[in-house]
Amino acid sequence: MTMREKIEEAAARYPDQRSAIMPALLIAQRQHGHLPGPVLEEVADILGVERIWVYELATFYTLFHTEPVGMFHLQLCDNVSCMLRRSEDLLRHLEHVLGIRKGETTPDRLFTLSTVECLGACEMAPVMQVGDDYHGDLDIARIDALLDRLRTEAGRPTGADHAAAASPGE
Amino acid sequence: MFEPILLKNVDVQDGHLLSTYEAGGGYQALAKVLRGYTPDEVIDLVKQSNLRGRGGAGFPTGMKWSFVPKRVDKPKYLCCNADEGEPGTFKDRIIMERDPHQLIEGLAVSAYAIGAEIAYVYIRGEYVTAIRRLEQAIAEASAKGYLGARILGSDFNFAVHIHCGAGAYICGEETAMLESLEGKRAQPRLKPPFPAVAGLYASPTVINNVETLVCVPHIVVRGADWFRGIGPDRSPGPKLYCLSGQVRKPGLYELPMGIPLRELVEEHAGGPPPGRKIKAVIPGGVSAPVIPERGLDVGMDFDSLAAAGSMLGSAGVIVIDDATCMVKVATRIIEFFHHESCGKCTPCREGLNWVVKVLRRIEAGEGAPGDLEQLEKLCKGIFGNTFCALGDGAAMGLRAALAHFRDEFVAHIEERRCPFH
Repeated sequence: MTMREKIEEAAARYPDQRSAIMPALLIAQRQHGHLPGPVLEEVADILGVERIWVYELATFYTLFHTEPVGMFHLQLCDNVSCMLRRSEDLLRHLEHVLGIRKGETTPDRLFTLSTVECLGACEMAPVMQVGDDYHGDLDIARIDALLDRLRTEAGRPTGADHAAAASPGE
Repeated sequence: MFEPILLKNVDVQDGHLLSTYEAGGGYQALAKVLRGYTPDEVIDLVKQSNLRGRGGAGFPTGMKWSFVPKRVDKPKYLCCNADEGEPGTFKDRIIMERDPHQLIEGLAVSAYAIGAEIAYVYIRGEYVTAIRRLEQAIAEASAKGYLGARILGSDFNFAVHIHCGAGAYICGEETAMLESLEGKRAQPRLKPPFPAVAGLYASPTVINNVETLVCVPHIVVRGADWFRGIGPDRSPGPKLYCLSGQVRKPGLYELPMGIPLRELVEEHAGGPPPGRKIKAVIPGGVSAPVIPERGLDVGMDFDSLAAAGSMLGSAGVIVIDDATCMVKVATRIIEFFHHESCGKCTPCREGLNWVVKVLRRIEAGEGAPGDLEQLEKLCKGIFGNTFCALGDGAAMGLRAALAHFRDEFVAHIEERRCPFH
């Protein structure tokens, strides 16, 4: 299905097109990775709603990204239950091995690192969401293994990221 | 041993499939009400059970349903609050991931009672697995005739739609959720009118939490007396408790309402890690005021916790040990509320900004004499002066931390450092 078809299918669930803006933005973000202005305007046009209505939602809800994010968005929970299980140590480690601070993206655009509020998985704290998946009961060894797995998945085995970082134009 | 009711299927292989749910007696409550109960009889049954809302406020569910006008020209809506965002809470996620048909049956019976033909389940967008499982379950239930037109040969038509949230704690507040469902920024509405009269699209609307809804089919099958026989009469039923933090066995526990907090933490969850002692417990998500160790004999039900100056909330039980700095915990909690403030009203938006600044400087060893009085003044300016309960929750939490652990705050200011570092 095209993005337009998916959005129109979602919109059929509501008596008012405005209600379909949130589902439409989620569909558009899956398609484009993030939500730049032209995509927001396309969503507004497909639904036939005011552009400002779309802009105001895209900038209110934290799961919508108006700026690009890396291929893997590492979203580490640092709310109380994870903090009590030392999520801070994991954040420091991630910042160290990725060479970025939270809120930043690696130069090769592989990883964006964020801290997020409670993910609702405190039984496996400390927990981090990457894409659609939750990774729980994390420690430094598990974080390292996860990063290796993600790099392999992206076709950039361990060590290759340093070379990529040196030549971001590759 | 308490026999799990709500969590019966969660550890069963393929517990999320319709075949498993049916094999355990699933959808018999729906068949029973459609064959032999009027909608008013279902409402009366739920009233008799004394079921109270599991989302946090503890409002009597049957009474909430009875506020929906009987004869109106507009459609009526049922909304399920599955935007589980209260830190320390993960019960609804586990139900939706592992036993989604239980929720669908709860929705169908409840919608029949209030006369709704459409339900929207508002699930937080992070819960991708729960969303997929519920989508799959809706498809299975529709194919088998538990959803759709003329369900099980009756006159009842009912459809369930999923609406994904996009990361806003405030959507757990029911009127903010309705705004969000209407495609607006999630900012709470002034009440009245209450949603039962003018809710979604200005139509009569009931909003219930996932755990509340899944209690309903069990009440239909086993009876109101069975439900009232579990835990305190005014606050009864099986209850899901989310245990996290510095405890040996974090996880989801189903036990009677009213169980002593101490028993829950020390016996069921195994107590603090080796060599540590419990300092305090947050009993109902971070909106619930912290309880110091000496208060742990309180019962885990709406009335007992309210009498003890805290609240059951979402039953997100966060255990804090004696090596943890309470100023740091309080700072993190207020940072959360500040981040999640929707920005609609000044006391919450601006007040919490100042509270965060003062708390951060105290934790960093840069607190000044008078800072604690300043914090109390800010709490007074926020509490009771906001549209919704977000600001109240923040102020109540901070007041409790200041009341029970004032010595720690004072030590930070006097020693000009965090004594726990």
